[in-house]
Amino acid sequence: MTSSQEITGRTRDEMAQRVALDISDGAYVNLGIGIPELIAKFVPTGREFIYHTENGLLGMGPAPQEGQGEPELINAGKRQVTALPGAAYFHHADSFAMIRGGHIDLCVLGALQVASNGDLANWSIGTPDAIPAVGGAMDLVAGVKSVYVITQHCTKQGEPKLLDQCTYPLTGTAVVNRVYTNLAVIDVTPAGFQVLELSPGVEFADVQARTGTDLLDGRTDATS
Amino acid sequence: MIDKNVSSLSQAVSDISDGSTVMIGGFGEAGSPIELIHALIDLGPTDLTVINNNTGSGEVGLAALIKAGRVAKMICSYPRSMNSTVFPDLYRSGRIELELVPQGTLAERIRAGGAGIPGFYTPASVGTPLQEGKELRRFDGSDYVLERGLRADFALIKGKRADRYGNVTYNKTARNFSPLMAMAAKTTVVQVADSVEAGDMDPEAVITPGIFVQRVVHVPDPAHESDLVRAGVCYP
Repeated sequence: MTSSQEITGRTRDEMAQRVALDISDGAYVNLGIGIPELIAKFVPTGREFIYHTENGLLGMGPAPQEGQGEPELINAGKRQVTALPGAAYFHHADSFAMIRGGHIDLCVLGALQVASNGDLANWSIGTPDAIPAVGGAMDLVAGVKSVYVITQHCTKQGEPKLLDQCTYPLTGTAVVNRVYTNLAVIDVTPAGFQVLELSPGVEFADVQARTGTDLLDGRTDATS
Repeated sequence: MIDKNVSSLSQAVSDISDGSTVMIGGFGEAGSPIELIHALIDLGPTDLTVINNNTGSGEVGLAALIKAGRVAKMICSYPRSMNSTVFPDLYRSGRIELELVPQGTLAERIRAGGAGIPGFYTPASVGTPLQEGKELRRFDGSDYVLERGLRADFALIKGKRADRYGNVTYNKTARNFSPLMAMAAKTTVVQVADSVEAGDMDPEAVITPGIFVQRVVHVPDPAHESDLVRAGVCYP
């Protein structure tokens, strides 16, 4: 048995792969910058997702081959991407009409903090010298049908990111539906965070010890 | 005869003056009208309010305009970039004002301004610091925040192709804010790589109809911001 300090759970790729399992065939999906971008590598066999990038493309494909990229074909993270057959370009007002108008099924975002009522903080640490930069996150959480968060369970300093209340400036209130961390898959319910699944080798108590609020145990195969 | 073509970049921006509000197209480098921005730097107006999603990269284009001290205020959604410290340095030392706007709200404010809509309600930013000081209103059981339309004296944008009527098409994700900005500015200036005869554009494919464009300037081989940054170019 490993000591509590050594529990790492899923890798970033494994977390991304786990999220992809929960995306239904035919979904229109917006992936945030960072770990969420990895999800595109793990589309389960037999399913087709259409990726939306808020700078004006539906049908976004993977990064181009070396030397094949175009400076004017990029994603929201300003990295070069490709357009798949069936793709469409559009301007920003149409793009955010898709977002705010409830036409996008799912967005997957990173997080600084998530509260047990679904509040999300992911754009600013709020210190006076921080350069505030919000991008499209506030529009996404306000308008997309389901909002998933993918994040390490704790900060690099070991502080919990899942809390009673966020201390950083909010991106939106009561907007997160589910959280995928390296340690667990956790639903946001009216009663608070509910653990649906533990990562391999992780115990419920390990997750609770690294969370800043009480967790409910919603595992269907829970034995304790 | 209508002919919106102008013969030089300097002529295209010649009446932008101190204190003007200027919308600049582009999302990152995609759609950034670098040659027009450089002409604006050469011209020299100051105390500008600039509306763009970002604040530029390296020390070319928009970042160079900011670095030159010409911009009093930025209205944008994401003033951070991996390879530029121009905006952060000025912001931290209190030498540039920032109005931070959620990206979709920024797009809709520009669209509304251009469409004669003075304000609208959006769910984005409700319950966050960016809602502070704005009117809240409840519709059908949910809260929305009042946002104002945005207009500008000038829009500088980059298209792929245009004719003398000012009909414009764009290149891939370089379209982004430009069609909205073209609607919202008193004078819209578009730089295009391809200048074509009237009749050579498919009316079904026109993205920005010429009514929204006042000037077209032909820039056959526009620079890419990332190429200039990689080459270490600092403008001027």
